[in-house]
Amino acid sequence: MTVTSGRPGAPTPPAVAAPGARRRWMPRDGRARVGLAVIAGFVLVAVVGPFLVTGASGIGPDPLAPPSAQHWLGTTQTGQDVLAQLVVATRGSLLVGALAGLLATVLSIVVGVVGGYVGGRVDEALSLLSNVTLVIPSLPLVILVTHYLDGGGILAISVVIGLTSWAASARVLRAQTRSVRARDHVAASRALGERPWRMVLVEVVPNLLPVIAAQFVFAVIFAILTEAGLSFLGLGGVDHLTWGTMLYFAQNAQALAIGAWWWFIPPGLAIALLGCALSLLNLSLDEVINPRLRGSRSRRDRRAARRPAQPREER
Amino acid sequence: MSRLAAHGLVREFRLPGRSRRHPLRAVSDVSLELHAGETVALVGESGSGKSTVARILARLDTPDAGTILLDGQPATPGRRGLRHHHRQVQIVFQDPFASLNPFHTVDHHLRRPLRLHHPALGRAEEDERIHHLLDRVNLVPAGRVAAAHPHELSGGQRQRVAIARALACRPGVLLADEPVSMLDVSIRLEILRLLDRLRAEDDLAVLYITHDLATARHFAHRILVMYRGELVESGPSDAVILDPRHPYTRLLAAAAPDPRRRGTSALAGPDLPVTRVEVPGGTDAGGCPFLDRCPQAMPRCRLRPPLVPLGGGRTARCWLHAADTDPAGSPPGPATTRPPAPPTARPDP
Repeated sequence: MTVTSGRPGAPTPPAVAAPGARRRWMPRDGRARVGLAVIAGFVLVAVVGPFLVTGASGIGPDPLAPPSAQHWLGTTQTGQDVLAQLVVATRGSLLVGALAGLLATVLSIVVGVVGGYVGGRVDEALSLLSNVTLVIPSLPLVILVTHYLDGGGILAISVVIGLTSWAASARVLRAQTRSVRARDHVAASRALGERPWRMVLVEVVPNLLPVIAAQFVFAVIFAILTEAGLSFLGLGGVDHLTWGTMLYFAQNAQALAIGAWWWFIPPGLAIALLGCALSLLNLSLDEVINPRLRGSRSRRDRRAARRPAQPREER
Repeated sequence: MSRLAAHGLVREFRLPGRSRRHPLRAVSDVSLELHAGETVALVGESGSGKSTVARILARLDTPDAGTILLDGQPATPGRRGLRHHHRQVQIVFQDPFASLNPFHTVDHHLRRPLRLHHPALGRAEEDERIHHLLDRVNLVPAGRVAAAHPHELSGGQRQRVAIARALACRPGVLLADEPVSMLDVSIRLEILRLLDRLRAEDDLAVLYITHDLATARHFAHRILVMYRGELVESGPSDAVILDPRHPYTRLLAAAAPDPRRRGTSALAGPDLPVTRVEVPGGTDAGGCPFLDRCPQAMPRCRLRPPLVPLGGGRTARCWLHAADTDPAGSPPGPATTRPPAPPTARPDP
């Protein structure tokens, strides 16, 4: 097999290249940089990786080989290259995360913002809908639906996860919308004669962006984990490759018992690493989006500003 | 003809703790007129319904009863009527930190009203107008201010932006809802002077809502006093402050700190003849809203007091003044009801 693209977590250009040109959107926060770099690495692998590797499927000549120069991450029981599988599975898992996260976020924005902004009966109806969705135990539901769909492929699983995971974000967004809506600047633009849809899209939603972005990142993590869990249980269908299905096959082949650590550690590590990166990004998203924080001083400036105060505290 | 007038405004709020039959009456039978080039101050304590009146006049809120006349025409419902109203009547809010959207630049805040109400303008003309607006409210250099986000400006600067936004579509009426109460004392006067200058330049009708009697007297031509949703007294500002007729206005005027009275009975309370009688019943029973606190309450205060014209363009909603006229059965003449000497002692050095 051949690998030319970077491994997960490989350093990505943004941190180094053209600092002046990218300063406006490039976060100064180290957490965001690390998170973005790792995510960019994963995305790169997911987009170009599958074209560069071979041996992800089909039976190979040497089964259960430990990592070697030929198979960097060893092979499975049926002789498939684990690294190749990992690269292909990255695309599957990321696709599920992105699709389900996007669907859940769009649904939560529509339900939460419309309900919170319009109020009254509409709000009551939409709140009821999200409350009901919230109390339905989602994992059994997802299991039932995926079982009914017989796996159904990545798209079906993404839709099912997206449809069952929007409710909590919708409630958060509804509360936040009500808070923003009550602010004077919304009243002021109403007094200027702005149309309702424009008020929602231009005056209210931008103020929700930090929340929406955080909810989206969370939804992606949740979707990837849910898909991994489903697949691990054997409910995700076996016609596509994700980190979850890799773990499922490893578990089925008793990889742990026979000591084939190279089989189950890489996908597990990939899940953990991507989860960490998304969480890191989530922690510092506010700074990226909020104009009040975006233009603020860098960490070095803040440290410099803090310095003169320290001697006084020590005394 | 008045630029903006309101007759018999009533606004009630149903609150969770109150029954459906006894809603909170935030505004009760308020009528007022705003004339071009004139500042009218609406004073009263917190919760007296001042801001609700402003929101109704800006048509951000709908009254439960009463009419609004814009240039003598009754307010028309629907989008077109609302649009016309919003173009003519603009509002400046109390909190400059909340009244500008933190996500948009000053330029956006000033460009939107131009786009909405003057869609024929080209981009260059818009830029020029924005520049001119910022110039008028003394925000220089206009180019840099226009590119700034609200968080980069101080409270006073933000309030100037809010005023510029209100004036962008060239309204005839400006409702200023406590425009300086959130600002530093040092810049209040500047903002008020700015409002006064803009009023004179544009021949604006200004409603200045405040609880500061001193600035009300200084900047307003007329003063309206509100108490618990009712307009209890109105008249030319000097007359209302120096010679208050309604017991509430007297309390209010006496409560204002006066540097000339330093060391004397500033804290001892107003020097009013207290003839307080226990009179049960209050606003909910339909009586005088000030009944609970009035030092001169009488049994008849359980009935709603009439709006008594006192001459000289003054009115007071109080039985004290109706008492002079009612037994005689003749309407009060301007000369007789306006004696030069105040009827009750006013604390004067």
